[in-house]
Amino acid sequence: MKARVVVTLKDGILDPQGNAIEGALKSLGIAGIDSLRQGKIFEIELATNDPITAEGLLRDACEKLLANQVVEDFQVELR
Amino acid sequence: MSEENITGTMKAAIILFPGSNRERDALRAVEKIAKAKPCVVWHGEHTLPAGTDLAVLPGGFSYGDYLRCGAIAARAPIMDAVRAHAGRGGLVLGICNGFQILVEAGLLPGVLMRNANLRFICRMQHLTVERADTPFTARYAKGQIIKVAIAHGEGNYVADGETIARIEGDGRVAFRYCDARAGREGGANPNASVNDIAGIYSERFNVLGLMPHPENLIDPLVGGTDGRGLFESLAGFTKAA
Repeated sequence: MKARVVVTLKDGILDPQGNAIEGALKSLGIAGIDSLRQGKIFEIELATNDPITAEGLLRDACEKLLANQVVEDFQVELR
Repeated sequence: MSEENITGTMKAAIILFPGSNRERDALRAVEKIAKAKPCVVWHGEHTLPAGTDLAVLPGGFSYGDYLRCGAIAARAPIMDAVRAHAGRGGLVLGICNGFQILVEAGLLPGVLMRNANLRFICRMQHLTVERADTPFTARYAKGQIIKVAIAHGEGNYVADGETIARIEGDGRVAFRYCDARAGREGGANPNASVNDIAGIYSERFNVLGLMPHPENLIDPLVGGTDGRGLFESLAGFTKAA
């Protein structure tokens, strides 16, 4: 089965890259964006088809490497 | 370079990761100023050489800064040995990318985020030495202003409020960014690091991580010698031990 892991900065953590991107969109004349935060997406193919096993191993992967929980949150989506 | 110091008493292991690039600078400072006997240890090793007193994680761009700075190096096989060494009270020094690796490995709290101005900053920088009673700073004076090099894109130290309060309360800030007169205003802090933190200690003061490069300021030929104190402190520490 396939999975997607989304890693984002926690609220309140300064995101200078997101701010720069937001500024660039404004300079392109794209109006209506109140705020923008940058994150990361990991597209993952899993050997298992069992959602409980998949969820468990992806959480493990996030906690051990994919996210730094000092400043980042993660979400696991199975597809 | 003469090799007269090769017979130093302290044994130092310089850990080499793919993408480290300051290992020779670190080795030279450790050998010539700390009077230690250095060796280079590949990250894939599972043990430090017997009798290692000091492990040094040098600067560079381990794994090309992929994922997060230091994140992948922090999971290298040698890091379990470095963690065990620190647990026994052994000395660990992480400089720049080495500091990033130490926080990612959980040997020091917090994290180094992108500089607030998004620029890679390579320049000379003043620091205050926050305390002079540790193995790394005994040859400095408390409050001394030193001028050393910085060269980083991710040096913005961040931790949650509780962690910062604990670090400050325990006196675990090693160095703070400042200007030539110890002022902290007007751009003295290059990267927006919390409380101008440039380096921190572990709870037992045997692990030091810092963004600046004292190992590059040991020879007047390259613009200053304010980094020597750190390595002289290490030399003095071995004699006392």
